[in-house]
Amino acid sequence: MFLAIRELGFARLRFALMGAVIVLISVLMVMLSGLSVGLVRDGVSGLQNLPITSFAFAHGVQHDSAFSRSVVDASTVDTWREQPGVAEATPFGNTLINGRTDRGTEVDLALFGVETDSFLSPAVSEGDRLGPADGIVVSPTAIDAGLRVGDTVTVDRLGTKLRVVGVTEQQDTFGHVDVAYVPLATWQAVKSGTPAGTQVSAQATQEITAVAVRAADGDSVDLAAGDKAAGTESLTLEESYGASPGYTAETTTLQLIQGFLYAISALVAGAFFAVWAIQRKQEVAVLRALGASTGWVLRDALTQALILLALAIAVGMGIGLGLGALISGGNVPFALHPQSIAAAAAGLLVLGLVGAAAAVVRLTSIDPATALGGNR
Amino acid sequence: MSSRTTASPSTTGTAPADLGLVMRGVHLRHGDGAETVHALDNVDLTVAPGELAAIVGPSGAGKSSLLAVAGGLARPDQGAVTVAGHDMTVSSRRARTELRRRHVGFVFQSGNLLPALTAADQLRLPLRLGGRRDRAGRDPLEMLGHVGLAGKADRRPHQLSGGERQRVGIARALMTQPSVLLVDEPTAALDRARSHDIVQLLAQEARERSVAVVMVTHDHDVLQYCDTVYEMIDGKLATSS
Ligand SMILES: Nc1ncnc2c1ncn2[C@@H]1O[C@H](COP(=O)(O)OP(=O)(O)OP(=O)(O)O)[C@@H](O)[C@H]1O
Ligand SMILES: [Mg+2]
Repeated sequence: MFLAIRELGFARLRFALMGAVIVLISVLMVMLSGLSVGLVRDGVSGLQNLPITSFAFAHGVQHDSAFSRSVVDASTVDTWREQPGVAEATPFGNTLINGRTDRGTEVDLALFGVETDSFLSPAVSEGDRLGPADGIVVSPTAIDAGLRVGDTVTVDRLGTKLRVVGVTEQQDTFGHVDVAYVPLATWQAVKSGTPAGTQVSAQATQEITAVAVRAADGDSVDLAAGDKAAGTESLTLEESYGASPGYTAETTTLQLIQGFLYAISALVAGAFFAVWAIQRKQEVAVLRALGASTGWVLRDALTQALILLALAIAVGMGIGLGLGALISGGNVPFALHPQSIAAAAAGLLVLGLVGAAAAVVRLTSIDPATALGGNR
Repeated sequence: MSSRTTASPSTTGTAPADLGLVMRGVHLRHGDGAETVHALDNVDLTVAPGELAAIVGPSGAGKSSLLAVAGGLARPDQGAVTVAGHDMTVSSRRARTELRRRHVGFVFQSGNLLPALTAADQLRLPLRLGGRRDRAGRDPLEMLGHVGLAGKADRRPHQLSGGERQRVGIARALMTQPSVLLVDEPTAALDRARSHDIVQLLAQEARERSVAVVMVTHDHDVLQYCDTVYEMIDGKLATSS
């Protein structure tokens, strides 16, 4: 500490330059963290809010597009209901639609078709719950985007009219599109492309996207056994996020960038402290000759790295949070999540220290005899 | 320790030799095979507390090597080295580091001060290198005044002259009240007048504080202040006339 803080003060310009790089990395890290949390929320919050543990999709369905491709016979719901450990099982329908309100606004909605008296029928913060055949309950984000309770949405091409009767309690989005809960029969009509006023085919009334399964509290369901009995293919709720449009691509891209940033911060710290260590060779030889143990030299050097990194990361996180507060609430999917930001800060600090430590260990090999004249 | 601090200047010349520096039959070789350099060849040297011994000799003769071995920076291949009765040839690097911290002071060519530290902090540094209980030592400001640098406590090395830097270096080495002071070419970067000042300061400190001082120098001008003069040639040490 004694030497570490005095050197930080003495060579402040040099350390400030290095610190500035870490500050920028930290700002980027907050931005990325906000973006990934925002993207996850925009991508799958509709699924996250479902009170279920798994989906049973059609057998052999492609996992990354299960929601759009899967077609399951409604009778499999009964098979699933009888599986051991299953508390409840209910039909689930999913499809994306484009529509237009009676006021002329264009809306895109992700329809979640559910039985109106099932446990999937959402609680509302405003208006009424699901009930009437043409009544839909929408995410509050759709209201933010201009939809109102009482509006009628006409589905493009089919002409089906859907009336907004209620608003869910929290953001429900799926693949960046606002969710609208709709009675299962209406969903089947839309999904099968049946125009308004036409009889829905008998086959369409038997088709659903998946069986939504809720395991009994504290119980686990043997998904493989259930799939075998019902001829389905189950994904846990978390696994099903990957079937949301764009979800896997977005999250892996962001994770890749974050991984690179961690690596960069470790390398930057390592490179800086490696150069610093070389410049300090003579000085450290003197310290050792004066009786400093290698432990003392290492502790001092690592304390210096810790102070520098912690300060830079704190400043960077502060700037990032400030910028993030400006961004969130706008159109960008961005949400600041204290835990993931704290994790990013800790990750940067640890990796920066690892880089610094790798550079600083070379100080232990300095021969104190080089402090004597003749070797200069 | 107590016997050293109670000794009066007049008795230091006869103080028991093992309180200072004792080297017996010391050999040090650098490198191996055909490249081997016999840096120290059967060196015997005794410097009593209060004595200022000078070592002269051509470049490459082994003078710095002698200081390195005397201060426990290097281990001799053969022979015995004690400082205030402590064995400086123990194999544990940690133990030698601690002996050095407690009993040895080093003064380097051109001071070798730390650029980031003020003069006062240079003097505080040696007291900070050990554990908390080692912090007792001399008062840095009083010490600076003693070497003629009162009022320059807040200067950093680049704000001091060469002679002033060397004074700080000497003051720093004396902070822990060492038994032995090892000085390598303290006047190499100084003009004639400054050189005399510095060596006079060393002689004065040696006597006043009963420190055994070994000074390596190329400067025959300053030998008048030294009690004993040795000459080193090809690793062999001999008393000089
Ligand atoms: N680390 C080392 N490895 C190999 N040889 C060394 C090493 N250090 C010193 N030597 C050799 O040992 C001999 C004595 O070196 P030393 O530095 O003690 O000489 P010196 O008398 O101090 O010389 P100078 O007056 O130039 O400072 C020289 O021949 C030198 O080349
Ligand atoms: Mg030398």
